Amino acid sequence: MKILLKNGRIIDPANKIDGKMDLLAENGKIAAIGEDITVADEETQIIDATDKVILPGLIDMHVHLREPGQEAKEDFVSGGMAAVAGGFTRVATMPNTSPVVDNAALVRGLKKRAAEANLANIEIIGAVTKGQKGEELAEMGDMAAAGAAAFSDDGHFIDSAKMMLNAFSYIKPFDKIIINHEEETTLVEGGVMNEGLKSALLGVKGRPTVAEDIAIMRDILLAEYAGAKVHVAHISTAVGANFVREAKKRGVKVTAEVTPQHLTLTDDMVNLTDTATKINPPLRSKNDAEALFAALKDGTIDIIVTDHSPHANEEKDREYIYAPSGFPGLETSLAVMLTDFYHTGKLTLTELAEKMSLNPAKIFNLAGGTLSVGAAADIAVVDTELDWTARAKDFYTKCKYSPFDGKKMKGKAVLTIVGGRIVMKDGKITGGAKA
Amino acid sequence: MAENKISLRGKNVLALSDFSADEINLILDTAIHMKKIIGGNNKKLPILSGKSIVTLFFEPSTRTRTSFELAGKYLGADVVNITAATSSVVKGESLRDTLYTVEAMGVDAIVMRHKAEGAAECAAKIARPVIINAGDGAHAHPSQGLLNLFTIREIKHRLQGLKVAIVGDILHSRVARSDIEGMSKMGIDIHVAGPSTLLPRFLAKDTRVTVHDNVEDALRDADAVEVLRIQTERMKGGLFPSTREYARVYGLNKERLALCKDDVILLHPGPMNKGWEISADVAYCENSFIQKEVTNGAAVRMALYKLILAEEEN
Repeated sequence: MKILLKNGRIIDPANKIDGKMDLLAENGKIAAIGEDITVADEETQIIDATDKVILPGLIDMHVHLREPGQEAKEDFVSGGMAAVAGGFTRVATMPNTSPVVDNAALVRGLKKRAAEANLANIEIIGAVTKGQKGEELAEMGDMAAAGAAAFSDDGHFIDSAKMMLNAFSYIKPFDKIIINHEEETTLVEGGVMNEGLKSALLGVKGRPTVAEDIAIMRDILLAEYAGAKVHVAHISTAVGANFVREAKKRGVKVTAEVTPQHLTLTDDMVNLTDTATKINPPLRSKNDAEALFAALKDGTIDIIVTDHSPHANEEKDREYIYAPSGFPGLETSLAVMLTDFYHTGKLTLTELAEKMSLNPAKIFNLAGGTLSVGAAADIAVVDTELDWTARAKDFYTKCKYSPFDGKKMKGKAVLTIVGGRIVMKDGKITGGAKA
Repeated sequence: MAENKISLRGKNVLALSDFSADEINLILDTAIHMKKIIGGNNKKLPILSGKSIVTLFFEPSTRTRTSFELAGKYLGADVVNITAATSSVVKGESLRDTLYTVEAMGVDAIVMRHKAEGAAECAAKIARPVIINAGDGAHAHPSQGLLNLFTIREIKHRLQGLKVAIVGDILHSRVARSDIEGMSKMGIDIHVAGPSTLLPRFLAKDTRVTVHDNVEDALRDADAVEVLRIQTERMKGGLFPSTREYARVYGLNKERLALCKDDVILLHPGPMNKGWEISADVAYCENSFIQKEVTNGAAVRMALYKLILAEEEN
């Protein structure tokens, strides 16, 4: 099967390409990039990409697809559809499931499930500690051998500094990265939003920025001491971003990710009727959001992730303080970045391609992230000028809650190709287990 | 007057932040008439006959629940009390299911108290009857805020420009938050003080409130003081060391009361811990309106019912 994308603007930062060209995908790989590619045979699907942008398929290193055990929230099919609808060709799912993904058998089983779902490529992130309890190391070596992409106790801070140091030391020879959720437990207990004036007026417990700051600093110091790599998950504070910046300067192997929501939304929007704004770490202040963007722009923060965290709708539809934290982000991420950062001139398409595709592939040593000839044909075709409105009720994810619900967007993925197969076209799912 | 155009019919009472100054004035004016009814011989008026009200309390309460119940009965409504015990984990389900059940019985209003901040907002989304928030966690207690305003206005004949001090555990107090929302709309100069561990860290950013490090500064020349209840479980959380030290540094005693205006109005949402946040002699002194406020509570709640539920406004 061959696909020829004609006359699109190809952006491939790995090869420093930004220009109007054609792209030919054949047998699941990128076969050629160049001007005026022609094919004689009739089986080739020719797609006019005039006025469209062709990016390496987006990669999201932080999603919760909820398998195994929490399929009421999401599964690999619904989550996979959400991914490809948003232009993502590769996503890495977190292990805070039921049971926790903390052994090789589960990693292998999930990889099989991912193949069955047959939408986006799904990478499996294993737990750092057994049951994510922070008490004993999980079999990270076995999981790495079974193909786990990285390790994380996401959703939990590893309270014991000793356990964290052991994990960093142990993982080092396996050359895998530990991704840490950075909120010191005792400081955020019972907290449901950023600690600020808004939490003071609503009377709800806050999650102070200092809880994240000290967690980030502790783990930078421990990783530095162990000589290991650490990746800071969904960073949300100005001070934390500065800690990462300083650590990078002195050579610590630290990387960081940020979500579109932490870049664009603040705790001002929180009210007790809309549980979509409840996330961990919480929406912060304008000052934090601006500092995060500066850190993203200068490379301190390496990648953009969604922290796609769907919950069953009845779980979200309850008292604010009891609702679970998180909302699904795969179907809004690229659009938010285009609307708020590309169209405002703050980020170029090349920068977006780096932070949403190339950098995660490089940091985590994954396939994709480039349109090099011979690479897997994982491609997102984007209409940057498409005006649309986010409607959570129309999402492919099972969870119909989003703080971006109703947001006027400019730009969207209109065609997603995974391994040379068209899995999404104009918002319709055209591949995978259900198609 | 502009008040004639204001209608509160069918409005949920979730927090005073949802009410304008004109709306608050309308409630307080209506409460004056209601108080006369309470003082009269016939305390059963037909204003709400045919209406049914359920008080749904997920947390224990004596005075607020009784006040809402009597207020409804004085106006001729049928009032049913439900005291729901909360289980630890399934609060969401039980709230939803209970609301559906109550709604299915065709009630017109649900007066609800719940330990979760935002529970009233959540209930308003779920249920069709009018929701009147009788306290949701540390978030809001709007009728208490209104009755404080009523009491102060009754004595001082105005609200604009008065200085009110709120002293104690602001962090966990829904009354303090309702005071801040309501009083600021009425032009009251609000000062707060308490142990810094019991003051929300970022409250000083709120331009409507002056936050003081010591209680004396907050009390100086105050026209009214609201003393908040101290809860001993806060000590376990390391928020203050002892009731003894609390009483010494923050408790309202004769000496501190003397810093206020001579005719200061002393309020406390109750129940009091005498000897801790307030000394016994102060609690029962002539400036204390703590007991007298109870009548006003019923009047304000009658006013709310009338404005929200009565078929005809006049």
